[in-house]
Amino acid sequence: MNVKTETRTSADVNQSAKLAIADCDIHPSPKSVEKEIYPYLEKRWQKHNETYGLLLRQPYQNGPAYPKGQPDASRRDAYPPEGGRPGSDVKFMGEHHLDVHNVQLGVLNPLKSGQGLQNVDFAAAYCRAVNDWQISHWTSQDARLKGSVCLPYEDAALSVAEIERRAGDPNYVQAFMLIRTSEPMGQRRYWPIYDACAAANLPLAVHAFGFGGSPSTSSGWPSYYIEDMVGHAQSAQAMVMSLVMEGVFERTPGLKIVVVEAGFAWLPPLAWRLDRIWEKNRDELPHVKRPPSEYIRDHIWLTTQPFEEPDRRSHLKDTMEWIGWDKLLFATDYPHWDFDDPARLPLPKVDDATRENFFLGNALDLYGLR
Amino acid sequence: MPAVAPGAIDCDLHPAVPNVKALLPYFDDHWRDMIVQRGVHELDSISYPNNAPMTARPDWKPETGKAGVDLDRLRVEALDGFQTSLAICNCLYGVQLLYTEDMAYAYARAVNDWMAAEWLDKEPRLRASIVIPPQNPVYAAAEIDRLAGDRRFVQVLMLVMDEMPLGRRRYWPIYKAAERHGLPIGIHAGSAYRHPVTPVGWPSYHAEDSAAQAQAFQTTLSSLMTEGVFAEFPELKVVLLESGFAWLPSHMWRLGKFWRGLRMEIPWVDRHPMEIAKDHVRLTINPRDVPPSADAVERLMNHFESDEMLLFSTDYPHWQFDGDDALPEGLSPALAQKICQDNPLATYPRLKETV
Repeated sequence: MNVKTETRTSADVNQSAKLAIADCDIHPSPKSVEKEIYPYLEKRWQKHNETYGLLLRQPYQNGPAYPKGQPDASRRDAYPPEGGRPGSDVKFMGEHHLDVHNVQLGVLNPLKSGQGLQNVDFAAAYCRAVNDWQISHWTSQDARLKGSVCLPYEDAALSVAEIERRAGDPNYVQAFMLIRTSEPMGQRRYWPIYDACAAANLPLAVHAFGFGGSPSTSSGWPSYYIEDMVGHAQSAQAMVMSLVMEGVFERTPGLKIVVVEAGFAWLPPLAWRLDRIWEKNRDELPHVKRPPSEYIRDHIWLTTQPFEEPDRRSHLKDTMEWIGWDKLLFATDYPHWDFDDPARLPLPKVDDATRENFFLGNALDLYGLR
Repeated sequence: MPAVAPGAIDCDLHPAVPNVKALLPYFDDHWRDMIVQRGVHELDSISYPNNAPMTARPDWKPETGKAGVDLDRLRVEALDGFQTSLAICNCLYGVQLLYTEDMAYAYARAVNDWMAAEWLDKEPRLRASIVIPPQNPVYAAAEIDRLAGDRRFVQVLMLVMDEMPLGRRRYWPIYKAAERHGLPIGIHAGSAYRHPVTPVGWPSYHAEDSAAQAQAFQTTLSSLMTEGVFAEFPELKVVLLESGFAWLPSHMWRLGKFWRGLRMEIPWVDRHPMEIAKDHVRLTINPRDVPPSADAVERLMNHFESDEMLLFSTDYPHWQFDGDDALPEGLSPALAQKICQDNPLATYPRLKETV
């Protein structure tokens, strides 16, 4: 994670990385909303967008609540030579990222997809358009790429309709939400989404960021971008806690959750904590039949970017063993500035099979692509 | 199970205000009149429902009324029970939760004077934290100044969830006063409930409120560090009370990773957060969210890269363990000794004046 990046040719990296990998967090953008998204958006919503824009539960019309560390939060070498935002050109992404890092499976997680809009009808229309656009501009253009079904998740019925519309379509490997929901994710208003994901056999990825409206810390809004970024881990913990303590996994045993871009090393201490508290408060939680750590072990996957970097790799190895190596999915976050380079990842020493699964096999298994 | 050696210092126990009547003698006429006139209710926080399992250990719970109100029981169960030499009282009466800052100031003064008269005067092994009204940092600093001359007050007490993240400059008059008097800031689990206890809204269950405290401690530590509290107050220590501790190393890894990438945003943070934590942050040992095997606990302890950060606590009368099982398996005898005595003495300079 640094502003400095190495630009390589595919020949360089085939020597250093060798392994074929899955990248479970790639962010595509449209070159132009008008040209690429509008064809899939009804006239009414095009006009709505022109008039009101994408109103989120945050202060600014354009741009994030916390200004990023650099423009578009992106690697400076990720701007396509033909113009447009980083991540907006399928051909350039293929050459600049997929080829050189030997990415066999790239999972697309669109961020400005209409998720978290105040107006849920607009959110549903926009998500649907973005889902169409993922096929026309990405998955149909490069077979290594797979899409995510963006959900207007603050409205369960609209989300279920979108899941059902896309179920069985091999262009998508998962459904997609953002972590900062307006209520904890385990609460009942979201349950139909989980049933629909399980029925469609789609894992549900939950990515950092979001616009639920609550302060991003339980003591109010922090001051800095770094707090916003680090804080995704705490939001993710709250999300996992809620899913477990509301009994969601008991109720929907087929649900698979992928935590994306929110770190992973926090998971074991959270599981130990929930186990202790569950044990003492079982009369309050009759619907949680097993220790929380067991639901977590069975139902939670995590992408690894931004990769944790303790001084000693043995500490990281402890952590990854506590989580379970089979639950970790490599991701780069291309084209963003905090990109994890697969050739430079400080991965603890493990046997070849574990390493291969970490970089590829776990993702193929999760998404049923073996 | 590692035994607690005689002479341990218990850094977190909770004498409770039995009821507002007990405090009335410690208010001035105006406030006594207000409280009676208005029929002000008990300021018992929803963080600890009086009959919830973790609020009182079954064998420390009285037949009727609240746990922690009886000095004799506290002597037998907490002090004699663990052969502690000294114990630090953190009163959790809900002063910080009030919306009226002058009322909170009056309550803080009353609670502190009650603590001195009803507990510290009667039991020489007890020390206490100064309850402050964080609602108004100027009042809070004045309360610290008022009591700092009484050397039995060894710390300033805050709750982890307040109106704003605790690193915000608004709170700095409190840290300035604490540093001036050589008092650590004790940050205890609990909330003023100005915001939902999770970043994604209010949960459904008390168990979630308890579990969410750990995330609040994490964001609070991020705030204290990124705002530059430890650069501005280089002598200041913060003690995280009833925080859990297993989350600290991984949280520092993540904050450290982003610090490497974003330090231009916070140039006053000139070293890795883990290094700052080793110098400035201490955590109490109960409750403990540790892995099930002693071997894994030992590995977790190594992740701290320091044997100076953990402090012994029973969290009396809260229910965090049974019997005398106050320390987790997997601690070496040397580390247990540091946790029980050396580290508390190093953290609280005032304790050295009496041992």
